[in-house]
Amino acid sequence: MTRLLHRWPGVVGLALLALLAVSGAALSIFPAAERLSSPRTDPTASIAEVASRIQSAIPGVEQIRRSPSGRITAFWFDNGTPGSAVIDPATGQAIGSADPNQIERWMTNLHRSLFLDDTGRLVSAAGAASMLLLSISGILLVARRTGGWRRWFAPLRGPLAGRIHVELARAAVLGLLLSSATALWMTASTFSLLPDGPAALDQSAASGKKGAALSAMPLLAATPIDDLRELTFPYPDDATDVFTLKTDSGTGAIDQGTGQTLGWVDLTAWERATETVYMLHTGRGASLLGLLLGVMALAVPAMGITGLVVWAAARRGRPSIKGNASPSGADVVVLVGSEGGSTWGFAATLQAALTKAGRRVHVAPMSAFAPGRTRAATHYIVLAATYGDGDAPASAKGFLDRLSALRAAPSAPVAVLGFGDRNFPRFCAYAEAVDTAARTKGWNTLLPFDTIDRQSPQEFARWGRTLGQALGIPLELDHQPVAPRTTGLTLVSRRDYGQEVQASTAILRFALPRLGFLQRLMGRGFARFEAGDLIGILPQGSTVPRFYSLASGSRDGFVEIVVRKHAGGVCSGMLTGLQPGQPVEAFLRRNPTFHPPRGRKPLILIGAGTGIGPLAGLVRANDRLRPMHLFFGMRHRDSDFLYGAELAHWASEGRLASLATACSRGEHPRYVQQVIARESAALAAAIGAGAHVMVCGGREMASGVAETLAAILEPMGLSPARLKAEGRYVEDVY
Amino acid sequence: MKKILAALALTTALTLPGVALARPVTLTTTLKSYGGDGAYLAIYVTDAQGAYAGTLWMAGGKAKYYEHLADWYRATGGNASEINGITGASVGAGRTLEITLDLADALFDAGYTLHVDAAVEDMRDSPNDVSVPLTSTNAGQAVQGRRYVASLTYAM
Ligand SMILES: Cc1cc2nc3c(=O)[nH]c(=O)nc-3n(C[C@H](O)[C@H](O)[C@H](O)COP(=O)(O)OP(=O)(O)OC[C@H]3O[C@@H](n4cnc5c(N)ncnc54)[C@H](O)[C@@H]3O)c2cc1C
Ligand SMILES: Cc1cc2nc3c(=O)[nH]c(=O)nc-3n(C[C@H](O)[C@H](O)[C@H](O)COP(=O)(O)O)c2cc1C
Repeated sequence: MTRLLHRWPGVVGLALLALLAVSGAALSIFPAAERLSSPRTDPTASIAEVASRIQSAIPGVEQIRRSPSGRITAFWFDNGTPGSAVIDPATGQAIGSADPNQIERWMTNLHRSLFLDDTGRLVSAAGAASMLLLSISGILLVARRTGGWRRWFAPLRGPLAGRIHVELARAAVLGLLLSSATALWMTASTFSLLPDGPAALDQSAASGKKGAALSAMPLLAATPIDDLRELTFPYPDDATDVFTLKTDSGTGAIDQGTGQTLGWVDLTAWERATETVYMLHTGRGASLLGLLLGVMALAVPAMGITGLVVWAAARRGRPSIKGNASPSGADVVVLVGSEGGSTWGFAATLQAALTKAGRRVHVAPMSAFAPGRTRAATHYIVLAATYGDGDAPASAKGFLDRLSALRAAPSAPVAVLGFGDRNFPRFCAYAEAVDTAARTKGWNTLLPFDTIDRQSPQEFARWGRTLGQALGIPLELDHQPVAPRTTGLTLVSRRDYGQEVQASTAILRFALPRLGFLQRLMGRGFARFEAGDLIGILPQGSTVPRFYSLASGSRDGFVEIVVRKHAGGVCSGMLTGLQPGQPVEAFLRRNPTFHPPRGRKPLILIGAGTGIGPLAGLVRANDRLRPMHLFFGMRHRDSDFLYGAELAHWASEGRLASLATACSRGEHPRYVQQVIARESAALAAAIGAGAHVMVCGGREMASGVAETLAAILEPMGLSPARLKAEGRYVEDVY
Repeated sequence: MKKILAALALTTALTLPGVALARPVTLTTTLKSYGGDGAYLAIYVTDAQGAYAGTLWMAGGKAKYYEHLADWYRATGGNASEINGITGASVGAGRTLEITLDLADALFDAGYTLHVDAAVEDMRDSPNDVSVPLTSTNAGQAVQGRRYVASLTYAM
């Protein structure tokens, strides 16, 4: 709920709020500038003294005003022409023009009414209302994210956009709260919705005489100049007219003949409140505060953009769950561990079916596991995919830590369902680890651990029936997987290798697809990718996408993959049969774990067969000439030396520091791990000095490489497992 | 340019029910380019003794700002019923306000005076920016204002 109240005013009002914030920040400069440029008044001087000085310098003076910044302005009439000037209160002399600043006026009108008069004022007020709503809901969300009020300034984790968003919010939210609330008050005042009009001044009749000296008027003599708002002189030829004095505390009338006070009325409490609000909002009379609020307002556009990125990333990551119950009111809590998003689809189907059966279901990522907030839960269901080498998928990061940190497992029982692919040696290993951890914690099981192979709807339906029995309700889970949204890619060129050695492989280069403006702006899909990311292709008649590692980044201006044809392989057969000009439907899947960390530490790149693809892409993009050492295994130098010519060229440019190859056929048959063993001394030195290792290609090659490296690292007290935990050893294997 | 052809509301003291005793009068008020926001203008009439007789037009919709039309405000106490149905938008700098209304014949050559009070946000208030006696000979003559009004003409 809070999140909705935060999201929609933000998304809808983004442009308006940015405009109001930037113009507000610009306006905050003027009161400060005016304050700095205005001559100081002697605070002990009375209005009578200063007004007398002005009157003798400017005999036709009609009105004297003091702005909250302390600037004193006089208005006069001279031979029928009006004049005005800023006054030095020490001399009474005119020292500068009092014409309103045109830029400030323009900016003010933009800020409060968008040049649209009353309509614009209402739009601006709506902007202020959404800002207020965003601030309040944002405060609640930050407290929730950091784990409580006391941890308001706790360090943040997570993706950069979200961190920037929250960092800015924590620093600026009080100012935004103040600015938006005061803006609404001011609008209400402008539209006469507040009883803050002046009280009527009840004054006795004027004497009809003229000529009292200003210094002989007790009210003026008793009031310090710093309290002055406005002193209006009587009309020169109207003996019944009076002096009107407005000060910080009220309004009075003074007889121009006797100098006596004819009447006085205090500001009402409402008037005072409105004036305080005006000061807080505009900084007039509080210019430092105004500047501070202005700087805080500048955070709004940045928060808008980062907020949009966070929102878009969340949308991309999971399908919308319609009618998701609140955590505190839910009786069934479904926790999802997904990386590619397909498990969220299964969760949505489960949620819909259980909701139809009368349960209140709350679906959340596993990483947000917090049983303290789901106290009404009677059942927990965990749906978890597996990645890498039995690792947690993105939306489950931190779940096992959270579980083990609990004092006791929740009393409501749990069912764990794993999603995986039997082609991987460690099938559903992460879900299994979750199930084991739950038992170890003493968490009661609702259902025995079960698995779903390659997103099979049949297996899911079968599991659903067992779940229905356990809950005592009939449960039909009819899951229709939603295909990811694809983009058409057209093949522009292909290079063929390996036919002679029974390893038909092609380097396929596709044109960069045309993208919409929004996609480009948000860096969505093919708008931004790097070598090592994946493209997914859904062959006809299959619900399971096949992934291919990208050998190019978006900056290269093309999409390149290396595909080996599997005998009888549906997707690899289709791809390797593609001719230039023919299209294929694909979607982009980011693979952030397989990107090298920033910096200049050397990279050790190890690959065999098609695994060269992302590694070649890294070398090609190595504009900063970071030391990169490539170990490449192939079958035969004359047949499947993928990127052979380019590698030589990149080496001559310094993009590639060294290249070591292994050929499994021919005169000296060798595997890549044997070349690694030969270079053990150099590798040990490099890794000891902080080099990163990236391995890509077949599973057997990868485990052979890991074994060899384990032997090399052992004497140093290191291991591949240890390096993996530090993020210095990453694999992309299939 | 603003043109109002409707007859003035009968509640004001200045119009008479019989069309024969009234005539259409066009008031044209042109503002100077004073370099500020839109001006609030109160156009009203005082009698031979200088007492307030009634309002012809109010340019500017927010009652909150009426106190800055100081003479008019003092005479009427800001009473909203004085300007019911005869309120329009404020007038931008350099712009012209033109209104046509039926004024009673008895107002002319009888000591009545037409006044315009003007006020602009963040600028000096200008009560009685223009005042001109309502006479048949003055009709059609442009009168200069003091501060914001460049010229005022009433034509019969
Ligand atoms: C993260 C990742 C990155 C990858 N990167 C690349 C890459 O860069 N380059 C690359 O070439 N591949 C890559 N792959 C592998 C790729 O996704 C596919 O798995 C591969 O192309 C095979 O898909 P397919 O549709 O051709 O085979 P499928 O039709 O899915 O068949 C899979 C296997 O079963 C065999 N098979 C199929 N039908 C039968 C049958 N009736 N009887 C017996 N056996 C059968 C096939 O020969 C094949 O070996 C990657 C995989 C992953 C997970
Ligand atoms: C790079 C990669 C690695 C994978 N590793 C494993 C694995 O080790 N074990 C397994 O059972 N499944 C593995 N899978 C299969 C996924 O777990 C399975 O497709 C799951 O249904 C994906 O769910 P998701 O789309 O919600 O992330 C892997 C898939 C990919 C793309």
